Amino acid sequence: MSVEALLPSATPVRFLAEDGTPVDRHHGYVEPAEDRLKEAYRLMVLGRRFDVQATALTKQGRLAVYPSSAGQEACQVAAALTLGEPDWLFPTYRDSVALIARGLKPGEVLTLLRGDAHCGYDPAETRVAPQCTPLATQTLHAAGLAHAMQRRGEDAVALALIGDGATSEGDFHEALNFAAVFKAPAVFFVQNNRYAISVPFEKQSAAAALAYKGVGYGMRSEQVDGNDAVAVLAVLDDAVKHAREGRGPVLVEAHTYRIDAHTNADDATRYREAEEVAKWREADPLQRLETYLKSRNTLRDTEIEQFQADAEAFAQTVRDTLNAEPELDPMSLFDHVYAEPTRQLEAQRAALKAELEA
Amino acid sequence: MTTTMAQALNAALRDALKDDDRVLVFGEDVGALGGVFRVTDGITADFGESRCFDTPLAEAGIVGFAVGMAMGGFRPVVEMQFDAFAYPAFEQITSHVAKLRNRTRGALSLPMVIRIPYAGGIGGVEHHCDSSEAYYTHTPGLRVVTPGTAQDAYDLLRDAIESPDPVVFLEPKARYWSGEEVSFARKGPAMDKAVVRREGKDVTLIAYGPMVATALETAEAAKDEGWDVEVVDLRSLSPFDDETVTASVRRTGRAVVVHEAAGFGGYGAEVVARVTEQCFHQLHAPVLRVTGLDIPYPAPKLERHTLPDVDRILDTIARLQWADTPVVAGA
Repeated sequence: MSVEALLPSATPVRFLAEDGTPVDRHHGYVEPAEDRLKEAYRLMVLGRRFDVQATALTKQGRLAVYPSSAGQEACQVAAALTLGEPDWLFPTYRDSVALIARGLKPGEVLTLLRGDAHCGYDPAETRVAPQCTPLATQTLHAAGLAHAMQRRGEDAVALALIGDGATSEGDFHEALNFAAVFKAPAVFFVQNNRYAISVPFEKQSAAAALAYKGVGYGMRSEQVDGNDAVAVLAVLDDAVKHAREGRGPVLVEAHTYRIDAHTNADDATRYREAEEVAKWREADPLQRLETYLKSRNTLRDTEIEQFQADAEAFAQTVRDTLNAEPELDPMSLFDHVYAEPTRQLEAQRAALKAELEA
Repeated sequence: MTTTMAQALNAALRDALKDDDRVLVFGEDVGALGGVFRVTDGITADFGESRCFDTPLAEAGIVGFAVGMAMGGFRPVVEMQFDAFAYPAFEQITSHVAKLRNRTRGALSLPMVIRIPYAGGIGGVEHHCDSSEAYYTHTPGLRVVTPGTAQDAYDLLRDAIESPDPVVFLEPKARYWSGEEVSFARKGPAMDKAVVRREGKDVTLIAYGPMVATALETAEAAKDEGWDVEVVDLRSLSPFDDETVTASVRRTGRAVVVHEAAGFGGYGAEVVARVTEQCFHQLHAPVLRVTGLDIPYPAPKLERHTLPDVDRILDTIARLQWADTPVVAGA
């Protein structure tokens, strides 16, 4: 492919202005069908409510920690909606809303953050890899799994979610290189939310846009307004299609913003100004899509109310799930360390059992 | 016909590729070149590039990519080329390879083998001679094995590839060219089990990988001192075969652990602790270690001073005449 064919659009792809009015130039991308946009909106309402609820549950001690993705709902929901059943999603700790949008139950999604187990769902069954805490390591797994699926003749794609900070990690670059060399059907989706904990993007990278990073690896690359759900869906749909058709991996950078702190344990006022946050609140992806869909008569007020009521009921489910304390079996500590437990582990299992029974 | 350890490993890879379509060999230089030590010699030519292929030069990439491929149903056998070159892959190995089964509560397993040529004695320049076993054995979820003979190289590699658990396979590069008659018949698992290489009554030498041959040489030399030395080859560093080791030490009442790696915080300390705990009442002397010096692996012209040799091991055995029971049994 020529370098020109790999280059991202000069400005982030946009379908909607910040006030929700349509813009003319879509850089050749096709607007997703109305029903998908409406479904995206429904899931964004759900995701926003879920996020608020999870943050509240940290204050009650029900969750050990929660990294909010408020403001990133367009990215979260699009990442899930663009994938089919056989495709794999490789999320990070911040991507709980993407998992909810993928259809996982709140109890399954929050198991890690609650501290019950490292992964609350069956990755083989859900085709969602465990939420990754080390940065960018899962991008290589996505590349490898994409290559494996391609070799097996499966018509499936692996999509890895990462943040801006993770693009500084070596594994990110090795993953891009491997995926491009092997023409793996992988999509690397960077949610550039401007901060890696407290470090602003300007201190993270000197690149004009992270999207350019794919070009050097021979990878088709794109940048998109991450708070424009129509654009994110359109660009990711196209990226997934490109990968699925065997034309190689794609890197997509979404320009977005983390409205809340890194996690509930973080004090974001130490490293950013209130004015900046206020400015980004104005760019709210939910409101933007709502305005647009209403202007098109695709979304009625009664439907919005219904979605909000459903989200409220969902929040109740989240609370109920988290308020029920599941019994954790200490003996499970020894499970699944090895396919067959070693004698050393059997001895330790017996010792802990005796200790607990004493 | 004599088969070298490198040839035995090559045969093991070929037989595994023949027996199981899911097995894939990849890494840097494993294709046309056949690996810098020729362990994968001719495999691409015979099995095709889809089964044995070169990758970009990036160790974390090789291992992380293998994680994804194992998740996707393959059984990757990857080469790290040299011990110290594997360190960029350390995070992938410790955070992901070792833990994925546990993190997913058994839903995903990673049957993969990470081959690492390790240890010194070949006149290699810096970063080519590390003994990195303690890093891997300290990581729950990994199996760590190292052959001391060509026969074990074949048997252990076949076992490692068939293992449902990820295996760090440490190849003592100084022994690549040592050979013996090797049987390629599958005999059942050698992995997880230590083996008594040579029987003796007075003292147990516990060794593995590159030091097995040195320990056997020492046992021969010790005859002149009137000492009857038993040699245990651990083969499996993790899990540890307490049974074979303690049975031997209980018989002999004395033990010396030998390894090339630096002694401080090293693997031998674990062996000494286990043997002491389990054989305390049968021991006539403290369990001693002969290890590499606590220095970065030295330049080639000086490496002989850090590598344990026959003399140093004999001197250590001599120190075991601790209690009133002499080393020479019955004397």
